[in-house]
Amino acid sequence: MSKSINKITSTAVPIHLENIDTDQIIPARFLKATSRDGFGDNLFRDWRYNADGTPKKDFILNNPTYSGRILVAGKNFGCGSSREHAAWAIKDAGFDVVVSSFFADIFKNNALNNFLLPVTVSEEFLQQIFAAIEKDPKTNISVDLEAQTITLGGNITSFDINNYKKTCLLNGYDDIDYLLSIRPEIEAFEQKPQTIQ
Amino acid sequence: MPKTLFEKIWDRHVVKTIEGGPSVLYIDKHFIHEVTSPQAFKGLEKRGLEVFRPKQIVATADHNVPTIDQHLPIKEELSRIQVQALVDNTKKHHIDLYGLGHPYQGIVHVIGPELGVTQPGMTIVCGDSHTSTHGAFATISFGIGTSEVEMVMATQCLLQSKPKLMRINVEGTLNKGVTSKDIILYIIAHISASGATGYFVEYAGSAIRSLSMEGRMTICNMSIEMGARGGMIAPDQTTFDYLEGREFAPEGAEWEKKLTEWKQLHSDEDALFDKEITIAAADIEPMITYGTNPGMGVSVTGRIPAEADPKSLAYMGLQAGAAIKGKKVDYVFIGSCTNSRIEDLRLVASFVKGRKKADNVEVWVVPGSKQVEQQAIKEGIDKVFAEAGFNLRQPGCSACLAMNEDKIPAGKYCISTSNRNFEGRQGPNARTLLASPLTAAVAAITGEVADIREFI
Repeated sequence: MSKSINKITSTAVPIHLENIDTDQIIPARFLKATSRDGFGDNLFRDWRYNADGTPKKDFILNNPTYSGRILVAGKNFGCGSSREHAAWAIKDAGFDVVVSSFFADIFKNNALNNFLLPVTVSEEFLQQIFAAIEKDPKTNISVDLEAQTITLGGNITSFDINNYKKTCLLNGYDDIDYLLSIRPEIEAFEQKPQTIQ
Repeated sequence: MPKTLFEKIWDRHVVKTIEGGPSVLYIDKHFIHEVTSPQAFKGLEKRGLEVFRPKQIVATADHNVPTIDQHLPIKEELSRIQVQALVDNTKKHHIDLYGLGHPYQGIVHVIGPELGVTQPGMTIVCGDSHTSTHGAFATISFGIGTSEVEMVMATQCLLQSKPKLMRINVEGTLNKGVTSKDIILYIIAHISASGATGYFVEYAGSAIRSLSMEGRMTICNMSIEMGARGGMIAPDQTTFDYLEGREFAPEGAEWEKKLTEWKQLHSDEDALFDKEITIAAADIEPMITYGTNPGMGVSVTGRIPAEADPKSLAYMGLQAGAAIKGKKVDYVFIGSCTNSRIEDLRLVASFVKGRKKADNVEVWVVPGSKQVEQQAIKEGIDKVFAEAGFNLRQPGCSACLAMNEDKIPAGKYCISTSNRNFEGRQGPNARTLLASPLTAAVAAITGEVADIREFI
C-alpha cells in the first residue's frame, strides 16, 4: 500500500452506475482471508467474471481500452456493508482515487484509512467526466490533494476534505499513530466521572 | 442550551476535538466477529501493541458459521481458519468470546442486547454496518472498518466528525398486519437508499414508542440502509423492563443509579435537528422490495414503479408497472440481525401454527442466537415449524449475506426478513425480496407474495 498521496494524473476507468454497494465491490464470499492482501483479484467479482471464472467481455475492467489509477462512479458509491475489504480491493487493483458525486460514510472513512482518496464532485462535473472519457478513453484527469482540486481538460473544480485527514494523507500518517500519541489523555478521560450535561 | 439525545451522549464521550478536524470519541463497548477482526489483530501485533481495554470487547462467531451440525468442525476451510483465528486472538488478548458451542453464541447484534451488554448512554462500535441496531437502547452505535477496529483495540477511541442530526417521527397507530419492519422499509422507500447519508437518525413518535425492544431494534438496524451512520431511540419503561435482570445489566443500587441517569436520555423539547420528517403510521402498509437496494420498496398490494431502474428489474426478472402480489417465490429466509429474535419467531409461529408450507418453497428459519434457539424450543415453536415443514437451523448470519453454505441458488426468488437485497447478496444471481416476518410467513404458506391482512 502506497503511503501518502499528493498529485495524481492518470486516465480513468468509468463505471456509469449509481448506488454501487460493497457487495458488488467485493462479495461476502471473498472476505474469508485473515490478511489484507490479494482482494484486487475479486474486485467487482460478479460483474467482472462469469460463474466459471471466465471474464465477462462487456465489463469495463476487462476492456483494455480503459485503464488508470482513477475510478469514476455514480452517486452513493460504497453503500452497504462496513467491510474495509472494499477499499482494500480497489487499492489492490491499482486505484489511488475514486471520484463520485456522493460517497457512503463508512466507505469514505475506510478509503481514507487506506490512502485511497475519495473525491466528491458535483453531479454536473461527474457527468462531464463520464462524457469526456466516453469521447476519448485516453482523457487524463489530474487530482491535486494539497490544492484540493480536480482537473479535466480546461475544467478545474475544488473538492472538500477535512484538514486533519488531508495532513494524514499528504504525510502518510495513520489515525492510530495520532491516537497512540494521546493515550495519556485517554487514560485521564477514563478517570473522570461521566455525567450527562 | 437544549440538547438532542445524540448530543447528550456524544458530548460526554469526547476526549478532545482537533481544531478544524474530527473529535476523539471514547468507545464504551466494542463487539468483534471473525470476519472483520483478523487483520486488526495482525495490525496490532505488527505494531507490537496489546489490546488496551480487553474487558470492553465482546467477541462472537456469526458471519460465516454453518447453521447445521455446529458441533462438528467447520467443513469449509477458509471459514474454519477465520473462526479459529478469532479463538486464538481472543485467547491471546484476554477477550471474552462467545464462540461456536457457547450458550451465548449468536449474531453479534442479537447477543449484545440479549445479554444486557448494550445499555443506554453508551458508545458502541463493531466492524459491521448493522451495529446501528444497538441504538434502540439510546446508544451511539455505528459500524466501522477494520482499520478502525484496530484503533479501538489499541486506544478505545476513534476519530469521528460529528454527523448531522435527523429526527423521524412516526405518529399514530399501526394498521393490522403492519410491523416495525414495514415502518423502516416504508421510511427507506420514501427517503431512498442514500437519503440519510451524513446523518444520525433519532426515531420518535407514538408509533415508535408503542414498539417492543425487538421492534425498535429492527428499525435502528436498517438505518444504514438509507445511508445513516446510525439510528437511536430514547429509552422508556419498555427499555428498562427489557434490560432488568439480564446477564450483564447492572443490579441493586447500581441499577437504581443507572436508571436515574438513563431517564435523562431524551432530546430536550427545543432541541434542534438539521432535518425532521413526520410520517403517519396509518399510511404504512405491509411492505416488500422489488429491486436491488432497500429503497426500492412498495406496499404488497402496490405496483412496481414505471420509472424503476431497468438494470435492477432485469436482474430481478420483474416488469415495471406489474403487481408484486402473486409473484411466486422459491425460498423463504427468516433470520438475520434484523429479524431473528424470539419475538420474530413467535410472530411467525403464531401465524404458521396448524398450517403447512407451500410445496414450491423451501423455508429456512435461522434463530439469532443460541438463547433464541433454546427459548423457541422451550416454547414449542420448533415443533410448530417442523409440522409446517420449515427448516429450523442453528444461529448465525446465514443467508443474509451467504458467506456460509446457506445460499439462494441463481435466479431463484427469496422472501427474506434480512436487510439487503443487493445483487448477489444471498448468493450469485439470487433474487431477494425484503419483507417483514409476517409477510415472509404468509409467503411460506402460499408460495407467493401475499397480503397478510387477508389471512388474519
